[in-house]
Amino acid sequence: MSTKRAGEFLSDIDLRREKFRNRVFHGLLVAASLFGLVMLVLLIADVIWQSAQALLNYDIDLWNFLTATSSSRAGQAGFGASIIASLWLMVLTAGMAFVIAVGCALYLVEYAPENRTTRLIEANLANLAGVPSIVYGLLVLALIVNDAGMGSIILAGAIALALLVVPIIIVASIESIRAVPESVRDGSYAMGATKWQTVRQVVLPKAMPGILTGTILALARAIGETAPLIMVGTMLHATRYPSGPFASFSAMPTQIYNWTYQADRMFNGLAALGIVVLLTFLVGMYALAGYLRKRYETDGGSISNV
Amino acid sequence: MSTEPQSGSGISGDDSLEAAHEKNRRVRRALFGCAAITVVTTVAIFLVLFDNAAQYFFGARISEALFDGDSFIRTITFTEFLTGTRWAPDHSTPAHGVLPIVWGTLAITIGAGMVSIPIGTATALYLSEYATTGTRNRLKPILEILAGIPTIVYGYFAISFLTPVLVDGIATYLVNPVGQGLDSVSHLAPGLLEPLAAGMMGASVGRYSMLAGILVVGTMTIPMVSSISEDAMQAVPDELRNGAYALGATKYQVSLRIVLPAAVSGIFASYILALSRAIGETMAVTMAAGFNAKLTANPFDEIMTMTAYLVSMARGTTAVGTIEYQSLFAVGLLLFILTLSMNVLNDLLKRRFQEEYR
Repeated sequence: MSTKRAGEFLSDIDLRREKFRNRVFHGLLVAASLFGLVMLVLLIADVIWQSAQALLNYDIDLWNFLTATSSSRAGQAGFGASIIASLWLMVLTAGMAFVIAVGCALYLVEYAPENRTTRLIEANLANLAGVPSIVYGLLVLALIVNDAGMGSIILAGAIALALLVVPIIIVASIESIRAVPESVRDGSYAMGATKWQTVRQVVLPKAMPGILTGTILALARAIGETAPLIMVGTMLHATRYPSGPFASFSAMPTQIYNWTYQADRMFNGLAALGIVVLLTFLVGMYALAGYLRKRYETDGGSISNV
Repeated sequence: MSTEPQSGSGISGDDSLEAAHEKNRRVRRALFGCAAITVVTTVAIFLVLFDNAAQYFFGARISEALFDGDSFIRTITFTEFLTGTRWAPDHSTPAHGVLPIVWGTLAITIGAGMVSIPIGTATALYLSEYATTGTRNRLKPILEILAGIPTIVYGYFAISFLTPVLVDGIATYLVNPVGQGLDSVSHLAPGLLEPLAAGMMGASVGRYSMLAGILVVGTMTIPMVSSISEDAMQAVPDELRNGAYALGATKYQVSLRIVLPAAVSGIFASYILALSRAIGETMAVTMAAGFNAKLTANPFDEIMTMTAYLVSMARGTTAVGTIEYQSLFAVGLLLFILTLSMNVLNDLLKRRFQEEYR
C-alpha cells in the first residue's frame, strides 16, 4: 500500500465521521429503548386518568363498586361478583395445572429415558407454549361445554386456563428441579432412600420455592386472560355471585370487556376502575413471586456454597 | 441410630423391597401420565378442531360419520374457502371466503413486526452492548412488564387513548393537506394520488382502526424480541468482540457487523416468536381494529382478524349446529396450523443458536 492511502485512512476527517456515526447510533438505540418505556407510562397514566375522571364525574361509591354484582344500570353496577369468579378460577386452575405440570416436570427431569418419546414430549411443550390462548377456549367449548354438555361454567373456564398455563409452570419447575444439586440426591440414596422417597422428600422441597414462583407468575397470566373465557361462553354480565365451580360466571377481564362496549359513558369509567383492580391483583402476585424468589435465592446460594 | 431397619425404608427385607419397587413403578407411571397429558392436549386440539371443521366443509362431523353413519355432502369447497374475497358466514347471503380475515391477521402481524422488530432489536443491542449493568438490570424488567400486562388493558388503552388522540390526530393531519392540495397536484399524477387521497378521506376514523391495533400489538411484543435477542447477543463470545476491537473497529461496527450476525439465528427466533404471538393475539386487536372483514391497506380502516371473528361469534351466543358455529372451528384450525408452523420454525432456529455457542 502506498503511504498516501495510509495517511488518508488515519486522517482526522474519517475519525470525526466515525465518532459522529457512533454517537448517532448510540442515540438511536437509546431512543428505541425508551419507546417501550414511554408506552408503558402512557398506558398506566391513561388508566389512572380515566378512573380518576370516572370517580370525579360520576358519584361512584367505591365500596359498592367492589362488592356489588354488575347491573344494566351503570349507577348500581359493581365488580364484586367478577372478583369472586376470578378467585374461583384461580383456585381451580392452580389445583389442576400445578399437579399436571409438576408431575410432568418431575418425569422429564428425574425419570425420563433419553428416547424418542421424551424428545416428542419436550418438542410438544415448546409448541403448546405457542398455541394462541383463544384456541384453548375453542377446545374447551367443543369438548366440555357442548359435547360433554357441561355448559359455560367456572370449571370449564378453569380447564381452559389450566391448559394454557401448564407449559409455563412446567418450564419453571424443570428449571428449579434441575437446580437441585446432584450431591443432595446422592446423599439421600446413600441413606438408603428409594427414588420416590428421594424425589418427594429431598428434591421436591428444595425445588418448591422455584416451582411456586413459576406457578404464581403463570396464574398472573391466567387472571388477565379474556379470550379463552369468552370462547367458553362466559356470561358477559355478572348479575349474581357465583355459587361454586358449576355456576355460570363473568370473570374480571370479561366484565371489563363488556363494560367497554356499553353505550353509557359511565360504564367506560367503571371499566377503567375494573382495570385498576385487575392490575392491583397482578402487582400483588408479581410482588409475592419476587418475594419468594428473593427469599429462597439466598438460601439456595448458601447450599451450593457448602 | 438403631440397627433395626425401619419398616418401609426400602431395605428391611425382600418383601418391602419388592413393595418399594412396585411403588416406584406406580409413581413413575403416574408421572408419565402427567407428561402424556401435554401431548394428548395437542392431539385433542387438532382432532377437535378438525372434527368440527369437517362439518363446516362436508356437512357432517367425522366422528358422526364414523359412529352414526352420517354421510358427507360437500357444502363449502376449499377453493371457495381459501380464495373467496368475502367473509360473511353469518350473513343472510352467506359468503365463505376466508381471505379478508386472513389479510386482517397478516396486516396486524406485519405491522406489529414493523414496530417490534426494529425497536426490539435496537433495545437488545443497547442492553447487550451499550448499557451499564445497572441500567440493564433496571430497564430489562421494566420492559418485560409490557408482556405481562393483560391484553384487554391494551385494548382499553387503544380505545380510550390511541385511537382518539393519536390515530385521529394523524388522520386529520394527513387527510387535510392531501385533500386541499388535490386540485393542484392531481394533474401531475392523477392515477396515483387520487385514489390515495380518496381512500384517506373516505376512511372515517371511528372507534376502530388497523393502526391502533398495530401499535398495541407491536408494543406488547417488544419484550419478546428484545429479551430473547439480548440473550442471543450475550451468548456471543467476547473473543469475537475483542478481535474486532483489536483490528480497530468501533463499537458501532462491532455491534452491527460482529454481534448482530453472530447472534442471527437467536435473533430470528425471537422475531418468529413475536410474529407468532401477533397472529394469535385476540383482545387487543379485537378492541382496537374492529369487526369489519375487509381487504384494505388503509391503516385508518376498520378490519377484522381471524381471532376477532372468533370473539365476535362467541360474544353473541352462537347455537351449536349452525354454520356460524362450525365456521369457528374452520377458522380456529387455520389459526392453529399457522401458529404451529411458526413455532416449529422458531424451535429449529433456537436450537441452532444454542448449538453454536453453548
